[in-house]
Amino acid sequence: MSRSGSAVVLFAALGDATRLSLLRRLSVDGPLSITRLSEGTGVTRQAITRHLDALGRVGLVRDARRGRERVFELDAKRLEIARQYLDRVAAQWDAAAARLKAFVEG
Amino acid sequence: MSTDRIEKRVVLRAPRSRVWRAISDAKEFGTWFRITLDGAFAEGRTVRGSHGNFKVEFHVERIEPERYFSYRWHPYPKDPAIDYSAESMTLVEFTLEEADGATVLTIVESGFDRVPLARRAEAFRMNTEGWGGQIKNLEAYVS
Repeated sequence: MSRSGSAVVLFAALGDATRLSLLRRLSVDGPLSITRLSEGTGVTRQAITRHLDALGRVGLVRDARRGRERVFELDAKRLEIARQYLDRVAAQWDAAAARLKAFVEG
Repeated sequence: MSTDRIEKRVVLRAPRSRVWRAISDAKEFGTWFRITLDGAFAEGRTVRGSHGNFKVEFHVERIEPERYFSYRWHPYPKDPAIDYSAESMTLVEFTLEEADGATVLTIVESGFDRVPLARRAEAFRMNTEGWGGQIKNLEAYVS
């Protein structure tokens, strides 16, 4: 996936008021069933399920079966792990670039 | 919010031909990169590198003299005990541009989205333990 590809996919998944409110609910209340997430939204269960699946495809939420219900939870860790890893790789490139600079300028 | 790519840009106060040699000549590359390479870089060739226990293969992709050099490898950080061969490699690209007697070098490493997340989490855990080890060494030293 290209850089713009992954950013576009992520922002597309986030660019919807219902999805943002679902993420907010999950971050405040923890794992919730589709029934609970549909309550008081005025949106059908089917529509909520589609939104959650869209968030799941980009790894922002994950689901588990609990009895007959699907329970969703936020997976912010996925982004956090990816970010921390890239920070480390970037720091190693910074060090290598600094050694190259000393090598060719010296 | 890219999780796929790293880009570094650095201005080197040296002529482009000098920078090109430092990147494309395996012996010079090894000097600043701190690695010993077993052969010269050539398109399509795999060059093996080592530094103590640390081993890595550079799969050279494209060489455009004085302008562009790219290879694929299994990205940092590496654990010598792990076999990475089944995993997806990242692409490292060096691009040189001239600017007022200096050389602008851009280093891009991309393809991290295909590196298994489990490995990235593992690498991070290793690092944390590495620090734990350092702290123990320090404790032993001061006590």
